[in-house]
Amino acid sequence: MDVVMLSRLQFAVAVFFHFIFVPLTLGLSILLAYMETRYVMSGDEMWKRQVKFWGKLFLINFTLGIVTGITLEFQFGTNWSRYSQYVGDIFGSLLAIEATVAFFLESTFIAVWHFGWDRVGKKMHCFAIWMVALAGNLSALWIILANGWMQNPVGYVLRNGRAELEDFLTVVQNPYAWGMYMHTVSSAWMLGGFFVLGVSAWHLLRGSHTDFFRRSFRMAAPFTLAMVLAVAAAGHHQGANVATLQPAKLAAMEAQWETEKSAPFHLLLLPDVENESNSVQALSLPGMMSWVAYGDTQAEIRGLKDFPSEDRPPVAATFWSFRLMLLLGGIFMLLALLAVVQRSSARICPCLLKALVWALPLPYIAIALGWAVAEIGRQPWIVYNLMRTSDAVSPVPGSSVLVSLIAFIAVYSALGLLDIMLLRTYARKGPEA
Amino acid sequence: MLEVTWFVLWGLLWAVYFILDGFDMGLGTLLPFIARNDEERRIVYNAAGPFWDGNEVWLITAGGVTFAAFPKAYAVMFSALYAPLLMLLFALIFRAVSYEFRNKVDNPTWTAVWDGVNFLSNLVPALLLGVAFANLFMGIPIDAEGIYHGNLLKLLNVYGLAGGLFFVAIFAMHGALWLSFKAEGEIQSRALGTALVLWPIVLVLLLLFLILTAVYTNLFANYVRMPALWLVPALAVSGLFGVRAMLNAGKVLLAWCCSGVFILGVTFFGVLGMFPGMLISSMNPEWSVTAFNAASSPLTLKIMLGVALVMVPVVLVYQFWAYRTFSHTLNADDIARDHHAY
Repeated sequence: MDVVMLSRLQFAVAVFFHFIFVPLTLGLSILLAYMETRYVMSGDEMWKRQVKFWGKLFLINFTLGIVTGITLEFQFGTNWSRYSQYVGDIFGSLLAIEATVAFFLESTFIAVWHFGWDRVGKKMHCFAIWMVALAGNLSALWIILANGWMQNPVGYVLRNGRAELEDFLTVVQNPYAWGMYMHTVSSAWMLGGFFVLGVSAWHLLRGSHTDFFRRSFRMAAPFTLAMVLAVAAAGHHQGANVATLQPAKLAAMEAQWETEKSAPFHLLLLPDVENESNSVQALSLPGMMSWVAYGDTQAEIRGLKDFPSEDRPPVAATFWSFRLMLLLGGIFMLLALLAVVQRSSARICPCLLKALVWALPLPYIAIALGWAVAEIGRQPWIVYNLMRTSDAVSPVPGSSVLVSLIAFIAVYSALGLLDIMLLRTYARKGPEA
Repeated sequence: MLEVTWFVLWGLLWAVYFILDGFDMGLGTLLPFIARNDEERRIVYNAAGPFWDGNEVWLITAGGVTFAAFPKAYAVMFSALYAPLLMLLFALIFRAVSYEFRNKVDNPTWTAVWDGVNFLSNLVPALLLGVAFANLFMGIPIDAEGIYHGNLLKLLNVYGLAGGLFFVAIFAMHGALWLSFKAEGEIQSRALGTALVLWPIVLVLLLLFLILTAVYTNLFANYVRMPALWLVPALAVSGLFGVRAMLNAGKVLLAWCCSGVFILGVTFFGVLGMFPGMLISSMNPEWSVTAFNAASSPLTLKIMLGVALVMVPVVLVYQFWAYRTFSHTLNADDIARDHHAY
């Protein structure tokens, strides 16, 4: 394998592993802030116990999110130094702003919240978790503005052999980035909701701490449903951005080979990449793809064959990631709807509870698939239509990258297993009396 | 002018990082030697408890600012120092996990393993940062394209190793002073004793480092050119003697602050000596990456300066408040009672 592929694999390991922890941090912090606010307003000890139980799981997850995030900042320099030098003027400043505006806030107030139960007043303690929730979601904004710039570079000028900032406001208002942000954050909040539902369901099935987990369940169900709907809406909105700004990605997502007016959406589709066609196309909704992309059933969709082969993203990976994500989205809709319907009934159907326990990993998978669509679908570009991934890699020997890649896989697997083990132990233990 | 401002701010971010995370690294480095039982070890952990995460963000910010203000310096530094930086990264990952996981399972083997991890993952970054910065002071073999023509072993030269040892000793003393301030009981007096033992060692290493700097590097050239700069190493030396004076006066928190001033002086001694170099090429001085040839566009530097001038004071205010909030001393009984302690 060459150094480009090894570096891409390493980045994939680093970023996918990081994003196992981030969504729960974003989603659960909001729910914790809500629970603690209820506690401060009502004085009801039950809410305090809720905060403490879910907070413990939150902290176990939080640490790994932080440290695996540092990896990413290092990666741009260690493995993508030519990229860093070319776009640092814009991309680097977004990362630096993320650190100054969000990371300090998050790290300071998480400490106040973690260690401060007896050191600061009730209201200050509640304020601390709101700050953690705000900072986490704010840091997501800056990093997605940075990623959004790679997807749809705006506000720059090519000068001095690099991309230089020309208009900061344009970079900050990048519509592609905001579309990504809405989709990412709502999916992270949704994951937080399903996490609470899943763990609660596990206890409700066993009849342990029933009052406690019924309250968690009742709180999380409507939140989760609202977020599932938000994810779908934001995803739909972002689809339009992809269609206009990254037509090759859209074509790969839908395995659309030929340019076509009034393109249908095929519910059943099996792409045949080698022959640049689809071996199965069935259950078609006429004009649907054109409508989804442009809000017009007559609109023209550009096919993959319209792009030179060296400018096409890997079709199979992009297509299947997108399809699976859609399928999971449908399952989430169903589960969240049933959870809302059943949330107040005296006995929630055990089959729903079981399904919710088994569904715990699914939002994680769906989010990873979404990122796969965004990142693999952008290839062969590291900055869309501006810099190729193959031109961005560091001048380091492949052997170094191979060693570090193996180290990442070994260390991350071990830490991931430990983390899951601890989360399981503390989730099963239930709340303290 | 913008480039110079950012160069100074760049040095300042590193200095603040060393001052703040330095005591965390020192605490971990001292852990196996200074704590005699589980209760004392928990005091050491909790002395870093509410602080290490926020302190580490200064490193992320220093990295981010290098990226934003000097993209070329960031690109060359991180790819040239590939191996040591990834080792630093893995150490920081393990360190965070050791704080968070150690007390999550009630099993002596489990805690013993994490104690070992905590020790190594605090010692190794101190050592690596010292080795890396000494090599930056001296210059590294980079060509006109910024491509590194060396390997990990080349960094472990006499001067690099001296730098590593110097950093470990400085941070160990800094950590011992912090523990003297935070701990109660027997371990507190042991920490104080450790700081007193480390003080002359740091002094000797400082002299040794200055001599080696004159032999191996070109740092003193700037001081000869601009004698006013001697105030900076003078600040470092007075900080170090301040540590001793404050310890004699029994004022441990002030001794820790003096140690901070010492670290600030040492960092700026090197950074100002390098100016305008950021990555000095040992192959050809013309190939060096400098504050001028690596800087971002004036617009980016201005925007970043605005962000820094507004945000950094705000950050300092709430971080200071958090330090105040958790400035209480630690004893074994309180930690045993507190369900949220490490």
